[in-house]
Amino acid sequence: MSFLGKLSIEAVPYHEPIIMITLGVVALLGLVLAVLITKAKQWGTLWNDWITSIDHKRLGVMYIILAMIMLLRGFADAIMMRTQLAVATNGAEGYLPPEHYDQIFTAHGVIMIIFMAMPFMIGLMNIVLPLQIGARDVAFPFLNNLSFWLTAGGAILVNISLGLGEFAKTGWVAYPPLAGLEFSPGVGVDYYIWALQISGLGTLLTAVNFLVTVIKMRAPGMKLMQMPIFTWTCTWANILIAASFPILTAVLAMLTLDRYMDFHFFTNEAGGNSMMYINLFWAWGHPEVYILVLPAFGIFSEIISTFTGKRLFGYKSMVYASGAIAILGFIVWLHHFFTMGSSANVNAFFGIMTMVIAVPTGVKLFNWLFTMYRGRLIIGVPVLWTLGFMVTFTIGGMTGVLLAIPGADYVLHNSLFLIAHFHNTIIGGAVFGYLAGFAFWFPKAMGFKLDERLGKYSFWCWQIGFMLAFMPLYVLGFMGMTRRLNHTDNPDWNIWLYIAAFGALVIAFGIFFQLLQLFVSFKNREQLKDTTGDPWNGHTLEWSTASPPQFYNFAHIPHIKDIDAWTDMKERGESYQRLDKYEPIHMPKNTSAGVLMSAGLTTMCFAMIWHIWWLAIIGFVGAIAVFIKRCYTSDVDYYVQPDEVERIEDAHLTAASKGVKA
Amino acid sequence: MSTVAADMHHEHEHHENNNVFGFWIYLMTDCLLFASFFATYAVLFMNTAGGVSGKDIFELDFVAVETAALLLSSITFGFAMIAAHKQNKSGTLLWLAVTWVFGVVFIGMEVYEFHHLIVHGNGPQESAFLTAFFSLVGLHGLHVTSGLIWMTIMMIEVLRRGLGDQTVTRLSCLSLFWHFLDIVWICVFTVVYLMGAV
Amino acid sequence: MSQHNAHAADHGDAKSYIIGFVLSVILTAIPFWMVMEGEFSKTTTIWSIVTMALVQIWVHLKYFLHLNFVTEDGKASTISFLFSALIIFMVVGLSVWIIYESNAMMMY
Repeated sequence: MSFLGKLSIEAVPYHEPIIMITLGVVALLGLVLAVLITKAKQWGTLWNDWITSIDHKRLGVMYIILAMIMLLRGFADAIMMRTQLAVATNGAEGYLPPEHYDQIFTAHGVIMIIFMAMPFMIGLMNIVLPLQIGARDVAFPFLNNLSFWLTAGGAILVNISLGLGEFAKTGWVAYPPLAGLEFSPGVGVDYYIWALQISGLGTLLTAVNFLVTVIKMRAPGMKLMQMPIFTWTCTWANILIAASFPILTAVLAMLTLDRYMDFHFFTNEAGGNSMMYINLFWAWGHPEVYILVLPAFGIFSEIISTFTGKRLFGYKSMVYASGAIAILGFIVWLHHFFTMGSSANVNAFFGIMTMVIAVPTGVKLFNWLFTMYRGRLIIGVPVLWTLGFMVTFTIGGMTGVLLAIPGADYVLHNSLFLIAHFHNTIIGGAVFGYLAGFAFWFPKAMGFKLDERLGKYSFWCWQIGFMLAFMPLYVLGFMGMTRRLNHTDNPDWNIWLYIAAFGALVIAFGIFFQLLQLFVSFKNREQLKDTTGDPWNGHTLEWSTASPPQFYNFAHIPHIKDIDAWTDMKERGESYQRLDKYEPIHMPKNTSAGVLMSAGLTTMCFAMIWHIWWLAIIGFVGAIAVFIKRCYTSDVDYYVQPDEVERIEDAHLTAASKGVKA
Repeated sequence: MSTVAADMHHEHEHHENNNVFGFWIYLMTDCLLFASFFATYAVLFMNTAGGVSGKDIFELDFVAVETAALLLSSITFGFAMIAAHKQNKSGTLLWLAVTWVFGVVFIGMEVYEFHHLIVHGNGPQESAFLTAFFSLVGLHGLHVTSGLIWMTIMMIEVLRRGLGDQTVTRLSCLSLFWHFLDIVWICVFTVVYLMGAV
Repeated sequence: MSQHNAHAADHGDAKSYIIGFVLSVILTAIPFWMVMEGEFSKTTTIWSIVTMALVQIWVHLKYFLHLNFVTEDGKASTISFLFSALIIFMVVGLSVWIIYESNAMMMY
């Protein structure tokens, strides 16, 4: 066994032009970025104020930046797939050989779900939730920083796989025996395993953190049934994370043991059962999609109630419906493998439970409609995303109920109909939700609003592009086209593949407008400034802070008397109050322990992938050593003195009084 | 500034309670991790691939001694916690040391059992049953070993720093961990060893 | 004063550990004896050892882990445990059912 395990210069795919050009471009962009930071002398700021930050608002912003970078990579995969299928018709080979194409669709799924959607959701939750419950930070700020860097470590591993070795070719679900050592002897599946394990750990720690925060750190007087609805849906999502991610950890560990130590969990020989992988994987996988969509539902609730100026209709039923979806989400997972050979009774049970889940979802939809009824809806960008969601997600939900019938699923399983369905719900539900939340809370996080016009262009490109890209896939599914095909040979399919490719191009414009919007808004940030901290006349406590919020969030933790606490305070005349005396505020200090621990663990994962055992041990031991050192560090907090608090509060109150309408 | 001091103390209590509660939530996730391995054992234990089954290799009197060691270690840890809450440093250290010894006995016996099986050609690579057995029991053993390492560090901390709030909180977390592992062991000896021998 | 009592509910005294220990010993010894020496039917034995395992888990939760419905923390911990138990029951139970049925379909 060589000093560098399986790693050698041969790992670089220098005979694949597409990859080498991509690597070149990325390296160039990285270099440009480094030069710009050096010229602006911002390395210190980057390290002191961002990388080592334990502030939930900063971590949230970093999560969203990570999500947007990975969106570009995942979307590049999508464009490549759509163009390949558009040109590889009538038996032509196209430009992407199967070994490469298989990695693309695998990476596309892994990136979009684990490294785009999850970080986006967790980022929004990080920025908003502690503010909504009147807390100054989360329960475990250091753990929060660590969680971010573990997720980033996973993303780094996925990106390294492009230039060193390969990625998995198994599809994002990585079923054995294909994912086992015999049929995937390369490092691809190992990259997959370790990237998911390290980011999964980060996500699990986030869930624990936020559950303790919600249960223990709400502002005094805020009962559970007075929490903002976004906080509630995030809490259900965190409960789902805590309950389901350990299953993913377990099943990936089992696959790891099969691959590394010749165990027989899922092998064909010696009594292994690969069905158990599929079973455990989806026992995690189904709750995962509810983890993605529930917070999005919460975002829509916040937006609708804010932009109609009304209280959310049926708050209690919304909370219970979200809870029902969460718990039911744990007894439907077999619908991902109706066709894989369990009995009719099993299929019937899970088919029925899957259809039942549509009921609480319907309850939520009606509550949104009732909230809008007799309200004066202001059609801003967040509302456009919401309306688009209502139409798009409903279509996706209905095709889901169709697929829930085992008999129908036997025909449609793994066809493009399925692909259309889950993109319909994930994009229409989760992604539209996060983009809506992004538009809604951007002013709060950054201090200036986003350009409305470019936001509207972006939305329409996404909405129309989505329809053009995915409705044809429903048709193709009915026509018999399966998923993960590298090339096709059925002339009847061609027109739909062309339309779908065009749709992807339109979505690309949607993303382009988003980036342009960021650039233009940043350039015009003085004109777009949010001076009051409450640009939308919001209902919940985050809008009582400055934009961006004071780093300690609240100088004085308010006592909560009602749901929609900020509206309540405004109506009682208790908003924007200047206090006579400010108390010292206890705050945690920034730390490098999180990024260093993650560096150690990511190194360990990389070393495990390439069988560099000595490096794996060093990485692991190093991470533990950093942790133990952190445990015995006493310099972890400080007190913000009253005079500084007064200065910051005065600045906010002065700006707000200029901006607040009489 | 007595109000500020009182606030600070109240805040400290909050932080300590948050730590213990947060650790409990983490333990709930650990329950699910074990549950996944139990479920896998339940579906794979009959797949002996023509090799040994549980009846052939489980020695219940040996397991009974292991169980006794772990159960005793649970009660001795309880006594350590009582001493800690009474600020009794030497009592805490004594009972932690006794707990540690029982824990080492448990692990030692388990390592012996695994080694014995492997050298007789019944290692985890032989069949799905053995894979599932070694993994489930081994996962528990890894947790206990981590607990013993943590316990060692805590004994050093108590020795050098005494029983301050932070130390007692950390001991509380370790105690939750230790008792939880005994609960998992109840499931292990019932589902794996006793049902295997029936 | 009441806060101190409530606080005490979250960690025990020597009595609770000893009661818990004695109960655990009994609930361990009986199953071991039933399997090693007992002449009961397989069904009886299995039901008995499973029941006693569940009871012993409850003993540990109550006497060693001091789960209770009294304090705020006790309530939160107990509810989160019950929720986890529910999920475990569903996931393990359904998983075993699914795989056993699929094995049967393959005449295993």
